[in-house]
Amino acid sequence: MSIPILEVMDLHAAYGRIEVLRGVDLTIPRGAVVALLGPNGAGKSTLLKVVSGQMRPTSGDIHMAGVAVEGASTEELARNGLCTIPEGRSVFPNLTVEENLKLVSYAGVPADKVLETAYRYFPRLDQRRHQLAGTMSGGEQQMLALSRALASDPALLMLDELSMGLAPLIVEELYDTVARIAETGVSILVVEQFARTALRVSDYAAVMTGGRVVATGEPDEINAKMSDVILGGAA
Amino acid sequence: MSSLLSFTVLGIFTGAAYAIAASGLVLTYSTTRVFNVAHGAFGMVMAFVYWDFSQRQGIPAWLALGLVLLVVAPLFGLFVQRFVTRNLGDSPVSVSLVVTVGLFVGLIGFAQWVWKPEARSVPQFFDQAGFNLGDVFITYHQLLTILLSAAVAAGLFLLLNRTRVGTAMRASVDNPELLKLYGGKPGLVAALAWAIGTSLAALAGILLTPVIGLDYYDLTLLVINAYAAAMLGRLKSLPLTFAGAMTLGILQSYAVAYLPSSGDLSGLRAVIPTLFLFAVIILMPQAQLRVGQVKGIVSAPLPTVRRSVVAGGALVVLMALLTLSMSSSNILLAGTAATYAMVMLSLVLLTGYGGHVSLAQFTFAGVGALAWAKLDSPNLLGLVLAALVAAAVGALVALPVLRLTGLYLALSTLAFGVLMDKLVFQASFAFGFNGSLPAERLALLGIPVTDGGTYVLLMTIVFVAMGIGLLQLRRGRLGRILIAMRDSPAACGTLGLNMRWFRVGLFGLSAGMAGLAGALFAGLRQTISATDFQLLSSLPLLLLAVVCGVTSVTGAAIGGVGFMLLPVLQSNYPGLAGLAFVVIGFGAVALGRDPNGIANLLFALGRKVEGRLWPAVADRMPSLPSLPLPGLRREDEPVGKHRHVDQPAWRIDLTPDDTQVVPMEGVAGHGASRG
Amino acid sequence: MALLEVDDVVVQFGGVTAVDQARFSLEGGRVTGLIGPNGAGKTTCFNVITGLQKPTSGHVRYDGRDITSMQPHRRAKRGMARTFQRLEAFGSLSVRDNVRVALDIHHGLRGLLQRTPASRVDALLERVGIAEYADERADSIPTGTARLLELARALAGEPRLLLLDEPSSGLDESETDDFGSLLRDLAGEGRAVLMVEHDMDLVMSVCDEIHVLDFGQVIASGTPGEIRANRRVQEAYLGQADEEPVEQTTLIDPITTEIPAVQS
Repeated sequence: MSIPILEVMDLHAAYGRIEVLRGVDLTIPRGAVVALLGPNGAGKSTLLKVVSGQMRPTSGDIHMAGVAVEGASTEELARNGLCTIPEGRSVFPNLTVEENLKLVSYAGVPADKVLETAYRYFPRLDQRRHQLAGTMSGGEQQMLALSRALASDPALLMLDELSMGLAPLIVEELYDTVARIAETGVSILVVEQFARTALRVSDYAAVMTGGRVVATGEPDEINAKMSDVILGGAA
Repeated sequence: MSSLLSFTVLGIFTGAAYAIAASGLVLTYSTTRVFNVAHGAFGMVMAFVYWDFSQRQGIPAWLALGLVLLVVAPLFGLFVQRFVTRNLGDSPVSVSLVVTVGLFVGLIGFAQWVWKPEARSVPQFFDQAGFNLGDVFITYHQLLTILLSAAVAAGLFLLLNRTRVGTAMRASVDNPELLKLYGGKPGLVAALAWAIGTSLAALAGILLTPVIGLDYYDLTLLVINAYAAAMLGRLKSLPLTFAGAMTLGILQSYAVAYLPSSGDLSGLRAVIPTLFLFAVIILMPQAQLRVGQVKGIVSAPLPTVRRSVVAGGALVVLMALLTLSMSSSNILLAGTAATYAMVMLSLVLLTGYGGHVSLAQFTFAGVGALAWAKLDSPNLLGLVLAALVAAAVGALVALPVLRLTGLYLALSTLAFGVLMDKLVFQASFAFGFNGSLPAERLALLGIPVTDGGTYVLLMTIVFVAMGIGLLQLRRGRLGRILIAMRDSPAACGTLGLNMRWFRVGLFGLSAGMAGLAGALFAGLRQTISATDFQLLSSLPLLLLAVVCGVTSVTGAAIGGVGFMLLPVLQSNYPGLAGLAFVVIGFGAVALGRDPNGIANLLFALGRKVEGRLWPAVADRMPSLPSLPLPGLRREDEPVGKHRHVDQPAWRIDLTPDDTQVVPMEGVAGHGASRG
Repeated sequence: MALLEVDDVVVQFGGVTAVDQARFSLEGGRVTGLIGPNGAGKTTCFNVITGLQKPTSGHVRYDGRDITSMQPHRRAKRGMARTFQRLEAFGSLSVRDNVRVALDIHHGLRGLLQRTPASRVDALLERVGIAEYADERADSIPTGTARLLELARALAGEPRLLLLDEPSSGLDESETDDFGSLLRDLAGEGRAVLMVEHDMDLVMSVCDEIHVLDFGQVIASGTPGEIRANRRVQEAYLGQADEEPVEQTTLIDPITTEIPAVQS
């Protein structure tokens, strides 16, 4: 078996005195889509922050493609094949669509190629290239964010709550795009509240609560349990 | 007609220079969220460097200009961003204000130290050559300035809209964290913005020098004009900033042309930018209460009532002993120290407890002194009235900016200081132009305190009383509300506190304390003039207050003595002129993040002495009674156990959304455990 | 008559609609839950009700009177109190002083002249169960405790309407149970309680009524039983169970119409 794209081992992290990650173990095989599910406050977003270099872990190891990366800066990781789309609207609202896309070239892909790829996948963005990103609908903004993942051809893509505040149909469509990105061989970690949607596109799933990964398995196994976890016991 | 045209040309020239300066200010503020109060000081120092290169060392003007704009200024900007203002954008606005005011004062001191005062002139570019447009003569220097401002506008537009790094600059305004996730480097972007901003400040300074002269203060204060222009664009929009700068330049030029050049309104011409700034600030929309602000500031320990009374009594006794043996000039100095200490106490209330910054605290002292001299009733009632006048003025200054955030409040105090300096204090109904007023000494029960020593002792008693009163206030419910307001305005608002009036009250009280100090100072000096209360003294005062500890009464006492010693040091050691300001300025830069200052070091030392050394000493000499060290220990906590005061102060709360720790629950066991 | 009516409130940030014609009402003596996925606009709703956020359009009526543009402190004087999702405790004050400040503010000028009885402070701390932390600095206590502190602080004003933003996160299981019964007591005293909460066990067990917010709209209202059975709610929370990918290449605008039925 080849070296996994991401290996997180016994990772701990804390905000001040409050420990949020309490020994997370997670592996993403190369080319796989892994859904990371769990209730609010379980530490999912924090895990993404630590892996993307935005927050220092207190202990533990992170390996990307076999290389230890705990000390690397966010920018360094981003320039070397890690694409993170954080929670909330992850575009620059006061920049036009085109300017947003041009910044993708920091990841090492020439700007014209970024524009070409993005507009080919999303003709909608082409029509709106001079519009300020903040004035587009939430779905379009996430589409723009996803086009970064498409155009920069990352080794690992991490998505945090892509669906936040969006209508289900739009979420479906966004995840179709995620599935397409996955087909190009990109490994993906999906953090999502819309459990079923995320499970639809994933090869494996992991459930986090209380700062640990408490269950991993095939999407079907996890799906059976998710309703309990999210909507409360007696569903 | 031709005069109107020529004044318009002059206005456009000045406006163009303002625009260059203001765009630099906007660039640095919008990319790093640090408002650089020292922007004008940057321009001033760079103008001096240009003079040094081109006049003293004889480097050709174009080469000198190139060296300053492309090498010295950008490197200086980079240096400041890297080592001084980095990460300040996330700090409370009071911290970034204090730090940049520190740069402001430090750079003035630095310039005075390096380039000793002497007449210097910088010729216009192209000498006086020019051309006629109709009957108006336009110098090439003016034309160059106007063209350069257009070039700056175009250059900034191209940079921000047509280059990747410029786009990254704008992106980092929106969301620096996200920029990092894209692989951009917000740190580099910020450094570049400061390099360009400093270069623009330098260019504006160099262009204006031939017109307004190479002066430490005039060039530095040009920054107010830049603020005013930048404020029209809300520190964000470059086009509006340019429009503001042009409007301001032309208004000012017309004011010179058409407003009276003598009489009480003559000062009006000098305060056009200030009035413009006021107008813009007042027209700004209401700022909404924000959640998720800074909280949990570590302050200096609060002594017990008994301890503060004992320490105050000790200070009075000490002063009584000192005044017995002092020469009259030293007594004057001691009184001056007491005055400064009282003004600093007013900052302890406003800045230390309230978290607001006033850049014109001396001006309020001046108002008190003026009221005292004008009221001419040298008794306690007169003293109270003088303080009340100052308090009312302070409240009036705070009133229009209540709706706004701390930065604008601080800037409007600066504008107020300039207004008083140039328009009011110099007017015939006040001190008069270069004039002074006689002031009498306070009389108690009808007996005037004529003896200097006794008067200074009286001032000390007033200081002690104010200090104890302040601590009492801090201990009481008002003090608690003050701290609560600083920690979370949003929570206070939703608990039912009308913070607008509370803030007006706070500002008024603080101004009243400064006014009381001013009135007593007037009595001490017996003649009083506008120069005693210059705006520019307020800035080092604020800095020294922060360096010495703006969160404690002890800090104010140390600061008062220190501030009194400054001019003494300068006159005794003229070679050091300016150096003291360098030390204070850069001291504040270093200590700005910890406003507990030197006083807190003393508290820590006191605890250490008591906690470690004293028991050891006492052990070895069991016959000695273990005396407490008055004033240096906090009593409400056991010695040695108390550690949190030593942590870095003014820390940012790091509680993002998902820090709540959810109890550990297995997926399978979940239903069973509650079911 | 309802104590609070939220009437067609819309909040837009730039081009994004955070609250979209939300409409619901609250009555005294009842605990109401406001639930929905992350980003559904729950906290924004709270901010509109308490006056920290001006709505783009719509009205808020309290006690029969339009308070849409009333300042936050005046709403508080009329008996509204809230806690915050991102903690807003007064970090440099002790836990006790946090509550004392709240009492002082509640008593206003009158309070400046008379002493706030210490027993009142202690009673509030006891009531929410954090008396043992009374002398700690508020920025050094655990998140769950700080949330209870915010509740105590809110109760100092003897509110008729209590708004709690994720009050139980950070509490352990037994603390959450205690908290649930405290909520019932508070409502039992005649208060209207509105709670944003993610712990569904808590919401389902203590709420009389639940409103579900999804992309800014109230998509369902009802008793816990009704909400649990509601398909739209399941969709909002879990996404569609539809196995067939939606065949569309371009993005459609946010839908406001009926959502297709779910195949489970």
